[in-house]
This record gives sequence, structure tokens and C-alpha cells, in this order.
Amino acid sequence: MINTKVNLAGVELKNPVMTASGTFGSGAEYSEFVDLNRLGAVVTKGVANVPWPGNPTPRIAEVYGGMLNAIGLQNPGIDVFVQRDIPFLKQYDTKIIVNVCGKTTEDYIEVVERLGDEPVDLLEINISCPNVKEGGIAFGQDPKAVEAITREVKRYAKQPVIMKLSPNVTDITVMAKAAEAGGADVLSLINTLTGMKIDINKRAFAIANKTGGMSGPAVKPVALRMVYQVANAVSLPIIGMGGIATAEDALEFIMAGATAVSVGTANFYNPYATVEIAQGIEDYMKKHGVADIRELIGCVK
Amino acid sequence: MGKIKMTAKVAGQQALTEDIFSMWIQADEIAAAAVPGQFISVYTKDAGKVLPRPISLCEVDKEQGRLRIVYRVVGAGTKEFSAYEAGDSIEIMGPLGNGFPLERAAGKRAFLIGGGIGIPPMLELAKQLDCEKTAVLGYRDVLFLDKEMEQYASVYVATEDGSAGTKGNVLDAIRKQGLEADVIYACGPTPMLRALKAYAEEKGMECWLSLEEKMACGIGACLACVCQSKDVDEHSHVHNKRVCKDGPVFLAQEVEL
Repeated sequence: MINTKVNLAGVELKNPVMTASGTFGSGAEYSEFVDLNRLGAVVTKGVANVPWPGNPTPRIAEVYGGMLNAIGLQNPGIDVFVQRDIPFLKQYDTKIIVNVCGKTTEDYIEVVERLGDEPVDLLEINISCPNVKEGGIAFGQDPKAVEAITREVKRYAKQPVIMKLSPNVTDITVMAKAAEAGGADVLSLINTLTGMKIDINKRAFAIANKTGGMSGPAVKPVALRMVYQVANAVSLPIIGMGGIATAEDALEFIMAGATAVSVGTANFYNPYATVEIAQGIEDYMKKHGVADIRELIGCVK
Repeated sequence: MGKIKMTAKVAGQQALTEDIFSMWIQADEIAAAAVPGQFISVYTKDAGKVLPRPISLCEVDKEQGRLRIVYRVVGAGTKEFSAYEAGDSIEIMGPLGNGFPLERAAGKRAFLIGGGIGIPPMLELAKQLDCEKTAVLGYRDVLFLDKEMEQYASVYVATEDGSAGTKGNVLDAIRKQGLEADVIYACGPTPMLRALKAYAEEKGMECWLSLEEKMACGIGACLACVCQSKDVDEHSHVHNKRVCKDGPVFLAQEVEL
């Protein structure tokens, strides 16, 4: 019997595979393709205190080995989310992680407080969305701001807090240490890398927002390097993500120091990716005689 | 039955014009569930291309379990599809989207209006609509699917260069030929849809438009392909309906173009 269970700040996941915020909605659409009971956790699309309309279209563009997106955190707001999305996810035997976004500290706190009495296992605080002008990234690129927002959120949060870090910084370990100093329980990384594409026939940006966050297989080496760096800089558990499409990719992140992994863009071209990765990790463990997945976490030094 | 992603087989392919191709795909499960106006996501075999190409269904042969897509080669992805031959595998997901509401034309006269690569979904619609049908097809220059459409509807053509039918666009053809109907079903470029929306409002006609937008997931999760809607949308409670899931077919008054 092999053990695939991992622990994030006291929350036990049946396996380390979860979804990357924004790529999986709140699970309803993908539940037609995958059994959500097979996932360690579902991480929801970012939710704010009120509905956000998001950015103008086009919001996405394909680039080599990945895509750019500038959705702009369109979301229904916490009221609808609590009435509709949480009850949906509660039907499944998986952990619920809610991604929280805001324009001001007060926005974040309002959502975090509303979620305090809900059956939510962890909160992921999005301080790294590159596509909204206010909030989001404004909190994620300055270590003092990272520490301050983390501390504020922690004061009000009833659930353990994951701080989601941006790769669009000079040294991500500085941000990781700032989040740790502010009291974060878990770190997740990376959010998308800011990129651009130009349509030469239209002589215009491919995305209405001009820039978009790059994701997909092409960002994986950068993400993996950052997860390794952060794992060696802080003592918090890490959720690794960035271009994970296969069990092999997921295992690389785990060996670099991630306790859990999130699957994002791969869902768009393979809606079965999450369960295939969970199965593939088990197969690897059986094949290589690994009794406990924790043996693999950070095993490559 | 719901939507599925499957490895299907190409049953045959031919070029209709220099850059427009017609492909039949053996996909029993999807064909069994598909209705006119729906689309499929088609995935390339190039790992460097991560997003599916949404392509409308031109015909659905339920008896043989086949789908027909007619698409234009616009980039490297569709170029790859155009080289597929009978027997090749093709990765697809579907059927996606809502489709045209056929019942709205019962006992009425319908316009089926297609512009350019918006023409293909009109063919299956014409096959399934049981009413008086007038197809108005707009082209830049070279015609395609017009002869096939003649089996199911009275066909009028408009070309930008005047090489066939009325010189101009689909509305020029409608006005010059004095065509009339009660309900509009249309698919084509946004300027055409915008003009049809205004025309329908002026005439007090019911008008159903099939929209297009850049898509990623194709199933309503990623919120990439939204259009501005008059009413608050069911998903995010803003004014952004999802083209892939709430559409691609919308009542004209429902959307801002």
C-alpha cells in the first residue's frame, strides 16, 4: 500500500494534485470530464467581495508552448460564490481551496471574513495577478507590501493561508521570505509570467490588455527553478505550478521541493490531465518502490 | 449525452477553394448528440500549440455517426488539419455550445444568412429547419457550399467584387432582391452581425446570431470568450455571457456587438 497523502498546514490531501486557480472554474464544467473525488484539492477561480466584469476581449492568445491570458479576474463575487460554488464542491470528497482577490486590503479581508464560517479548507491569496491594474500584483512585487497584506489576512483568516507569489520580480525568494515573515502557512508559485504578442496583420496587440500572463509547458523550467529556490529559502510547504501537464512534470516539482502541485493550462487541451497526473504519480511510486510520497518531496538537493 | 473529448478518425477531406477545406470525421458519440449551430474543439498534434481550434459543425450525419466541418486555413493549426487524410486520427471535443433554436421558425419564413466562413453552420440548419427558407450567402469572391445549400433553401448570393450574385454584402442582396422573412439565423463577421441586428430591429424581426471569440477551454470554465450581454449573466452576474457555453447562438437584442 503506497501513501500519496500530503499535508498542507494541517490539511491532509489524499494526493498532491490540485487545480490552478482560474483554469478550472469552481469545478462544475470539468466535472463532466473528471471525477473530482480523485483530486487532492480544487482551487477555485479568484473571488472578490463584489462581482468583477474582467477585461475587454480578446483575453487570450496562443504563443509557442503556451498561452497568454488577461481575463482580469472576472468573478461573481463572494455572495454568489458562497451560495452556488461552495455547495457544489461540497458534494465531492476533495479539499476546497478558495482563491481570494481584491483591489484593496479591505476587499481581501471582507472575502476572508465571509469565508471564515464556510466549509473551506484553505485560502489562497492572489497577490500576483498581472492583469488587473489595482490590487493583485500591486501587493505582490514589493516585499513590505507582501508582508503587510499577509499579516492583515492572517489576522482575520480562520483557515490556513496560502500566499500565491508572482514570478515577475527580481528575486522571488525575497517575496517568499516576506510572506513567511507575515505569517503565511503555505506558499504557491508561480503565477503567470507577463508577456506580449502582436498581430502583425492587424498591427495591434493580440490581447486587448496589451500584456497577458504566460502559462503552459514553455514556462515550466522557470517555474521549477523558482520552486527549488523558494523551497531552499523558507520552511513553509510549497504548492508548485507552472506548465505542469504530465505526472513526470509534477514529480519534477515535488522533487524540487513542492509538497503539492497545481495543473492549469493543461486542462484546456487535456481535460483529463489532473486525474491522469494523480494516476501517473501512483504508477511511478509503484514502479520505483516508493512507499510514501513524502520521500520524494525535495529529494533533489 | 454530454460532451466528450475523443480521438476520432478522418473519414475524408477535400479542398472546396484554395483555402477552404471540407472534412468528414467519424465521431459516433458526438454526432449522436450534435445539433445545428454547435461546434467542436479541434486539437493540433503539435505540442507547441496548446489551444484547441473551435470549428462549427457544417453537417451532422447521425446515421453514419459522422460530422462535417468546413473551415478556412488561417494559420499553422488549420494548415495542419488541411493535410489530414482519410484514416488519420483527429483529436476533438464536442458537441459544444447551444445551437440554433429551430422551433422559433416553425410555421414562419426564415432567413439563413452566412458571411464567409460563417456559411458552413447554415447548411445543417437548412437541412433541419422545416419551414420556408431563404439562404443569403455573402462571399468575398469565390463561392462554396452554395450549390449544396440549393437542395434545402432558395439561395441568394452576394459577392464583394460582384463576380456572382448581388455586388455588395448580404443586406445589399436582401434589399436588391426584395427578400422577406420573419426570423433571421446568421453567422459571420461581426460587422455583418451588427448590421443584421440593426436591420432586424428596424423590421421588428426575431434575429439569432452565432458569435465568435478567442477560446481556451471551450466549456465555460476559463472565461476567455465572453461577449457583452444586455442582461446579467448567469455565471459571473455581470454582463458577460460566455460564447462557448451560453452561446455561440444569442438572440440579437441580448448582445452588444
